[in-house]
Amino acid sequence: MSSPDSSESFDLIGERRAVISGAGQSDIGRRLYRDPLELTLDACLAAVSDAGLTTSDIDGLSTYPGGMEAPLGFSGAGITEVHDALRLNLNWWTGSMELPSQLGAVINACLAVSAGLAKHVLCFRSVWEGSAQGNEGRSAVMPGGSPGSSYRASGFMEWLLPYSAPSAAMWIAMMANRHFHEYGTTREQLGQIAINARKNAALNPNAIYRDPMTMDDYLNVRMISTPLSLYDCDVPCDGGTAVIVSRIDTVDDLRKPPIQVEALGTALHGRPSWDQFDDLSTMAVRDAGSQVWGRTDLKPQDVQVAEMYDGFSFITMTWLEAMGFCGKGESGPFVEGGSRIARDGELPLNTHGGQLSAGRLHGFGFLHEACVQLWNEGGERQVSGNPEVAVACAGGGPMAGAMLLTQRR
Amino acid sequence: MSTEVPFRILPRVGKRNEHYWHGGRDGELRFQRCADCGYYLHPPTVLCPLCHSKNIVIEAVSGKAEILTFTINYQPWMPGLEVPFVLAVVRCLEQDDLRITTNIVGCDPEEVKIGMPVKVIFEAHEDEEVWIPLFTPDESERP
Ligand SMILES: [Zn+2]
Repeated sequence: MSSPDSSESFDLIGERRAVISGAGQSDIGRRLYRDPLELTLDACLAAVSDAGLTTSDIDGLSTYPGGMEAPLGFSGAGITEVHDALRLNLNWWTGSMELPSQLGAVINACLAVSAGLAKHVLCFRSVWEGSAQGNEGRSAVMPGGSPGSSYRASGFMEWLLPYSAPSAAMWIAMMANRHFHEYGTTREQLGQIAINARKNAALNPNAIYRDPMTMDDYLNVRMISTPLSLYDCDVPCDGGTAVIVSRIDTVDDLRKPPIQVEALGTALHGRPSWDQFDDLSTMAVRDAGSQVWGRTDLKPQDVQVAEMYDGFSFITMTWLEAMGFCGKGESGPFVEGGSRIARDGELPLNTHGGQLSAGRLHGFGFLHEACVQLWNEGGERQVSGNPEVAVACAGGGPMAGAMLLTQRR
Repeated sequence: MSTEVPFRILPRVGKRNEHYWHGGRDGELRFQRCADCGYYLHPPTVLCPLCHSKNIVIEAVSGKAEILTFTINYQPWMPGLEVPFVLAVVRCLEQDDLRITTNIVGCDPEEVKIGMPVKVIFEAHEDEEVWIPLFTPDESERP
């Protein structure tokens, strides 16, 4: 398959006109039973004030996935609700889920400020999957109903639901199994992603699960879909995250030194499908990752903090390879023993605890944490040495978005 | 529906996909195929992605395939779902990229391996006019 070259000369790298000026989160919990709009707005207002702005400065609004009723808990609020609740005057706005990952909403905002359509874009993502599931577990929010139901599967689910495959856990499990088969990757290696996340979550007061996890705990927990066990799956939660994307010439209006958007990755060169993609041991992350390095002089070795999607632990492994932190198929040996990805290792990974332990804030949590680390606001979990280069990556399967961020003091 | 037929969420069948879900009535695994360049198309579409021809016909394939990857699922995602069971991506022998996600049945889940030869069988949901293509180890290909 031909892959268009995404390398560009500097003047075509428009995302450099975008900075991240503020970040905020609502309360986060396993089940908060709060109005999801309230969680959303708490996060939005926290981000606005973190940037040193007021809502009257906000002239752009962007979200993933936009307002939707089903699956229950997947969207806390859409554009319209937030727009009206804050009485914003918008010059640009968008809310969609057909994007290069959840962070596609932030990437869109970078493009909007770069194009001059807006100065300060409020980007948000909120979830209430914890409360939505209540005490019934995941089956409460699964598509398809039960015996006797008249529901019929359509769209891409037509090819999965009749085979009793309603969950991404199963689709990702098949990718992981292919990786195990081709490269000899082991559950012990995969387990380092979950154990590392838990270690970091212990130092994050907002994380959901903070008790220590041993390799024995990991290997003995119940299997979900081989080779993925319960601890390879992220934890549904309630909470909102927001960031402000600002145009670079507004720096003087801002409270904090802004974080530079250095390069973006949005590519998808293979077929947009969980089972038809050419290489079943990686996926869209491969293309989004390599695109990033064609748009910057920085190299993977320059990255000091990596916040990379772990909706399932195996997705982080594919991101490690896609972002060039190790070779293709080498993520197993790379994470072996866990020291390399530890907070004091050569590539501190998912320093807030990831979605595995800090909660499934769905993509935006990684960007929030990358910003926290670059602003040196990590408290007990802060990576030492004033990190200046971070990546935030989200998505898995046929959607992936990557952001390379810098904070040069 | 006979009581032995397991619970499944059935597909919404229409003009574009009926060849796939009805083929089992005649014991055939059917796909769209470009009559101009010979490329098999799946999931169903309206033109050939390689040559853009709209000259698309429906053809049966041998039903022989190879397991590219799989998972043994233990999680009871929905009421009525019996676990464990095997979900797999198989490649039909006719074309390198002619793949479907399916279930592997008729063997112990622990016996399933990547690269294993399999062949199609059909699970009939006659009242709903849906025949679900499933795969089972192909003993004739056993060394
Ligand atoms: Zn053709």
